[in-house]
Amino acid sequence: MLHIEDLWVDVHGKEVLKGIDLHIEKGETHCLFGKNGSGKTTLLMTLMGFSGYKVKHGRIVFKGVDITHLPVNERAKLGLGISLQRPPTLKGVKLKDMLKFCESVPGLGKNLAIQYGFDSFLERDVNLGFSGGEIKKSELIQLLAQGPDFTLLDEPESGVDIENLHLIGEMIKKLLQKDVHRNRQKSGLIITHTGFILNYVAADKGHVMMNGKMLCRGNPQEIFEGIQKYGYQECMKCQL
Amino acid sequence: MSTVKRKTQSKPMDMSEETLLKSFKPASDAPTLTSLAELEEKEIKKLKNVGLDFSEHERIGTYIQTNCGVAKCDCHMEGVELMPITEALKKYDWLKDYWWKLVAKEKDVFTKETAAHLDNGYFIRALPGAKVVYPVQTCLYIRSENVAQRVHNIVIAEEGSELHVITGCSTHPDLTSALHIGVSEFYIKKGAKLVFTMIHNWGENVYVRPRTGVLVEEDGVFLSNYVSLKGVKSVQTYPTARLAGRRALARFNSVIVAPEGTVMDSGSRIILDAPETRGEIVSRTISYGGKVIARGHLVGNAPGIKAHLECNGLILAENGVIHAIPELEAHLADVDMSHEAAVGKIAQDEIEYLMARGLSEEDATATIVRGFLNVKIEGLPPELDAEIQAAVAESHKGI
Repeated sequence: MLHIEDLWVDVHGKEVLKGIDLHIEKGETHCLFGKNGSGKTTLLMTLMGFSGYKVKHGRIVFKGVDITHLPVNERAKLGLGISLQRPPTLKGVKLKDMLKFCESVPGLGKNLAIQYGFDSFLERDVNLGFSGGEIKKSELIQLLAQGPDFTLLDEPESGVDIENLHLIGEMIKKLLQKDVHRNRQKSGLIITHTGFILNYVAADKGHVMMNGKMLCRGNPQEIFEGIQKYGYQECMKCQL
Repeated sequence: MSTVKRKTQSKPMDMSEETLLKSFKPASDAPTLTSLAELEEKEIKKLKNVGLDFSEHERIGTYIQTNCGVAKCDCHMEGVELMPITEALKKYDWLKDYWWKLVAKEKDVFTKETAAHLDNGYFIRALPGAKVVYPVQTCLYIRSENVAQRVHNIVIAEEGSELHVITGCSTHPDLTSALHIGVSEFYIKKGAKLVFTMIHNWGENVYVRPRTGVLVEEDGVFLSNYVSLKGVKSVQTYPTARLAGRRALARFNSVIVAPEGTVMDSGSRIILDAPETRGEIVSRTISYGGKVIARGHLVGNAPGIKAHLECNGLILAENGVIHAIPELEAHLADVDMSHEAAVGKIAQDEIEYLMARGLSEEDATATIVRGFLNVKIEGLPPELDAEIQAAVAESHKGI
């Protein structure tokens, strides 16, 4: 479904991604581990097409279409969706309006907000004064309304308290169609720093990123346990 | 953008204010309208856009002045007086205690001109304890070419009263050049509330010089909303509210759009002279190529006051200029005064955030502009609020 081939990306003239290859098939959920500054967020922002992330070499193919240079909204139309780690505040734009832009079916966004106990935020400006956890919830409700085929999630558990982690997990599971076991259509790529989200959402593959390169891939739970035990230093050695 | 420009009678840019004034003929020499039936369809349309409701549904009174003449003046609400200021001056001897007390007669050439050659203006007074839900509407309209309209208004909200005034100011759609001078003095007595909403829709070559003074007594509330979304040659305004009684409150909201060729020098000043008074100035300005000077001045002279100033500007065309000048002036330590000012283009990350949810770049930009101008205008009738929202949405298409 998503094929990244030898992707080199500059941010503000600095080389951040150095030849990334990644292939994610229909129905698969992949996890991306890595230290701060390793290039994880850059990869997600580049996949969505945000400006400031300059592709120097390589290509991104989504559903057979080369999207390397497509504008953000064209990618959204093709079925890509993203939950940003720190989305901007939209002053004067209410969450209910934002949900209307997202929703595939009229009224879906509002219903989702009610379902997840977030309806008291509908009249508020998007992200204005939202806590870390509220931002994540808002992002996921928007995505559920949008219903993308491929979801990019940048640290969906950061800033979320223990009580809400379960709910965030449930929302991601729904987004990635985890309740469907045969012929699952939805795919996703999740950046996780802490790995906590793995306790709620099963991932098919894990990747470790360091200094703009993919170091290894494998069973996400095993990789995560390894990182917890030995830290990312071990990955460095492993590369050597 | 359309390349067809209306032929305008342009005046030299470097003209002094005195020469500018002299270049117009007095409104008193121009014909006046005797009946509203004489208004053309396109005039009615333009006047509706500045909030004038001809059906007078949800309005308690109407004052319409064209050039120097009063085309309509009636009020059907007990407890509220509405009359031409020239009549009020004859009727009430005490009015001299309110006349030129908040704006200095000698302030500049425009105040001097108005003091010497008054065309007319409105007098609105809410009697003590009178509380009205619906607004009084007034309209100052210039209908003849190259005239100077000199207006002096007095609004008094007596003790414990509540009053809402909507003023729409405009010029004939075919008129190219005019000057409007509007001296206004507002008195908000103890425990009274005045909501004053002013909507401007002038012509491309019209000069506007409002001179406004406001006095708010103990527990009084003054809320001012100013909306100008269309092109005008030059506006220079700096209303000053003095909070003279304990716990008095003043709030100025401005929503200003400056197309190319417009110079909008617009400020608000609040002087907090009594303890525990509160002031707030919020301005949202957009330049589509015009020049905006967004001034704000808060003066803290008493303990326990709280005041905030917010000037935000968006430049949406290459040659646009926004000059924000926020000033805080505290004369003692026990004050809480703050300001924020931000000027620039729309943040790209905001546009792309919306695009990631499926909006085109154009729709994302329009959404952010609408949100930016979405200042909560208090006490506005819903239909007028809807009209302003629609005009805001339209203003974006004008580029």
